[in-house]
Amino acid sequence: MKYESQKVALYYFAGALGLFVAQVLFGVILGTIVVAPNTLSELLPFNIARMIHTNALIVWLLMGFFGCAYYLIPEESETELHSPKLAILQFWLFLIGAAAAVVGYLFRIHEGREFLEQPLWIKLAIVVVALMFLYNVTMTVLKGRKTAITNVLLLGLWGIAVFFLFSLYNPSNLILDKVFWWWVVHLWVEGVWELVMAAVLAFLMIKMTGVDREVVEKWLYVIIGLALFSGILGTGHHYYWIGMPAYWQWIGSVFSTLEVAPFFAMVVFTFMMVWKGGRTHPNKAALLWSLGCSVFAFFGAGVWGFLHTLAPINYVTHGTQVTAAHGHLAFYGAYVMLNIAMFTYAMPNLLKREPYNQVLNMWGFWVTSSGVTFMTFALTFAGVVQTHLQRVMGMGFMEVQDALGLFYWMRLGAGVATLVGVVLIVWSLAVPGGKRAGAAIAQPAE
Amino acid sequence: MSEVLTKSAARNIFYGGTAFFFIVFVGLVAHSVSTVNAMSESHPVTASVAGGKHVWEKHACIDCHTIMGEGAYYAPELGNVWVRFGGREDAQAGRDAIKNWIKSMPTGIEGRRQMPKFDLTEKELDDLVDFFKWTSEVNTQNWPPKVSG
Repeated sequence: MKYESQKVALYYFAGALGLFVAQVLFGVILGTIVVAPNTLSELLPFNIARMIHTNALIVWLLMGFFGCAYYLIPEESETELHSPKLAILQFWLFLIGAAAAVVGYLFRIHEGREFLEQPLWIKLAIVVVALMFLYNVTMTVLKGRKTAITNVLLLGLWGIAVFFLFSLYNPSNLILDKVFWWWVVHLWVEGVWELVMAAVLAFLMIKMTGVDREVVEKWLYVIIGLALFSGILGTGHHYYWIGMPAYWQWIGSVFSTLEVAPFFAMVVFTFMMVWKGGRTHPNKAALLWSLGCSVFAFFGAGVWGFLHTLAPINYVTHGTQVTAAHGHLAFYGAYVMLNIAMFTYAMPNLLKREPYNQVLNMWGFWVTSSGVTFMTFALTFAGVVQTHLQRVMGMGFMEVQDALGLFYWMRLGAGVATLVGVVLIVWSLAVPGGKRAGAAIAQPAE
Repeated sequence: MSEVLTKSAARNIFYGGTAFFFIVFVGLVAHSVSTVNAMSESHPVTASVAGGKHVWEKHACIDCHTIMGEGAYYAPELGNVWVRFGGREDAQAGRDAIKNWIKSMPTGIEGRRQMPKFDLTEKELDDLVDFFKWTSEVNTQNWPPKVSG
């Protein structure tokens, strides 16, 4: 850490970790409801628990991105943040907004569109929070050094805000509702979020491997080029069966197949940089998370996405547990691991300590990753069986679900393991032991 | 990557390519939307269909069910529930069956997934059924493959 104002990132990391635990806890509750459906069925019905699970995920990932940006941007721009006070105010507004939304959900106050359940006034508050954030980081970048990393990160963050505006549009025609709903959901996670991901990974590679900035930044542009060239038209894979013209089956199949490319490039990039750098950075846990991020994103988003993206296959798998399997591994690999990589790298620096709790943190990595992987396999098998019974044999939905009980028990077990892993991660980050850093030890490579 | 591709070339390819693909995407979506709007003339979103969609959202049905395959995968697909309940053969019987099903929830049967009790008025129920009927008539390229959804 070189700039005092980077410290505002600590608020965001703490908030994100708290919501991370809540998200996974609600995941375990949902997994329990699936195997024991009478659990809480009056007090906390499945739909309410589910919107808290997904919304907590989205909010903590965004909160993590904000924190990453507040840590990264002063260091890249070589200047203090435009306004640390505004950043802290923005944090509390965001956190209170998120809490208000959750309390509202418990009282059945929501807009009832998947992932965009926030009531209108919360959505507008999110826009205000986003504008405060964008103003703050953009002003910082404008007065300081401009690098490819800040360029790409800002583009991604502005993109997040711009595409969120489509959440305010809810036409009464269900087809058009879905078409533009995907402009938020798909163009976020398979579009502009990938810019944030690539930029943060590039930053971590520069700091930890010591590879020349020119090389890293060239890779960065190649990766995000692959991401958007494939990802934008890849939106078509959501337009197959919702009342859109048939040509989307070709466009979606071709371009979303290519969506594997940027994730593969990220694996090659991170491993090449670590190998070429040949420098042993003391924060081994952060390096593990960075490499894990590219690998798990490749499998979760890339391979598991490709598994059911071709139109003839998607025709039978669409809306089964195959989709749920892909969703879990992709979010974990691409965005959860990215955030944890950055938290693990940045927190010792922010607290002026040597990298601490490294072994515990790496245990958290392996336990959580194993849990999510096992969960993904359980759901994938469930999805394949469901596809066959329901979409090929034509058995009824509930009858098929009853046949999947074993897989759902396995998923619940994996979910509990994931929760344990998450507690390890949060503990290792939030309870710093270890020595105060000497001057030379935690210096980044650049 | 060798010197064949410089950083500024990579950057320019990224910006140019992204602009190109985004413009193509917007053009295609605009074309699709006009197609959807043209179809809506013979298949209009009436006041009751719109009202039914509102009921659908007010109770967050999508966070258990799916509609056209999108939702929470916890409860049956409802994009074709009109067809599954026989609405095509006998509209009145299909309508009554769906309404009675909703009214009889929750079953409270041990070990069975519970649909909450929603206090819907007769008008809300009728609107919801109109919304399901409208959705079942959308050209989904023959999805779902089976009437089971």
